[in-house]
Amino acid sequence: MFTPSHFAAVLLFALFTSTVFGITQRDNPRSMVRYAIYCFVLFVGSAIVLSWVMYLIAR
Amino acid sequence: MGTVPQKSPAPGKGAPVGQSAQQGFVYLPLIAGWLVPGAGHFLLRKWGRGALLAVSIIAMFGLGLAMQGKLYTGTQDILAMLGLAGDLGNGLMFIIGRMLGLGANPVIVTTADYGTKFIEVAGLLNVIAAVDAHNLRTGRKS
Repeated sequence: MFTPSHFAAVLLFALFTSTVFGITQRDNPRSMVRYAIYCFVLFVGSAIVLSWVMYLIAR
Repeated sequence: MGTVPQKSPAPGKGAPVGQSAQQGFVYLPLIAGWLVPGAGHFLLRKWGRGALLAVSIIAMFGLGLAMQGKLYTGTQDILAMLGLAGDLGNGLMFIIGRMLGLGANPVIVTTADYGTKFIEVAGLLNVIAAVDAHNLRTGRKS
């Protein structure tokens, strides 16, 4: 059984999802890579920001 | 009505979408892409895109199963129905997984919940990829 940490699961999810978004939502390879990186950063960044928000709310 | 001039594909770039794609069954890449991740792009000779899509979607589905994710079977409630709709996007992977009895049924551990979501999202991404293959086939996207 594969038991990643929450953050590792976020990274894996962001990696695969961003790859598919990049390929399907843009036309040329350069913009595909840029959009995939943009989506990856947004996925991971929003997870980190929301985690801190929830942590501060819970205190 | 005039015809839109099409650029000839660069040698080795594998972009026969312009000429050869005008023949044959137009929905074939859509159906093939749904049944097998990346197959729609492979049919259109988009080898790199197809391989990346296949690796991403199959890995996501496989990791979901490895995390003891659940494959939805019935439609007990609206959430299960939506989950089943997402899972069905996986095409043959879902059907084979169901036939082999893969996937844990009761979600007990936290990672199993992640796994269930991985499987659902893999299905939804596969639908996006199949539609992308269809758009390439019809010339809506290059």
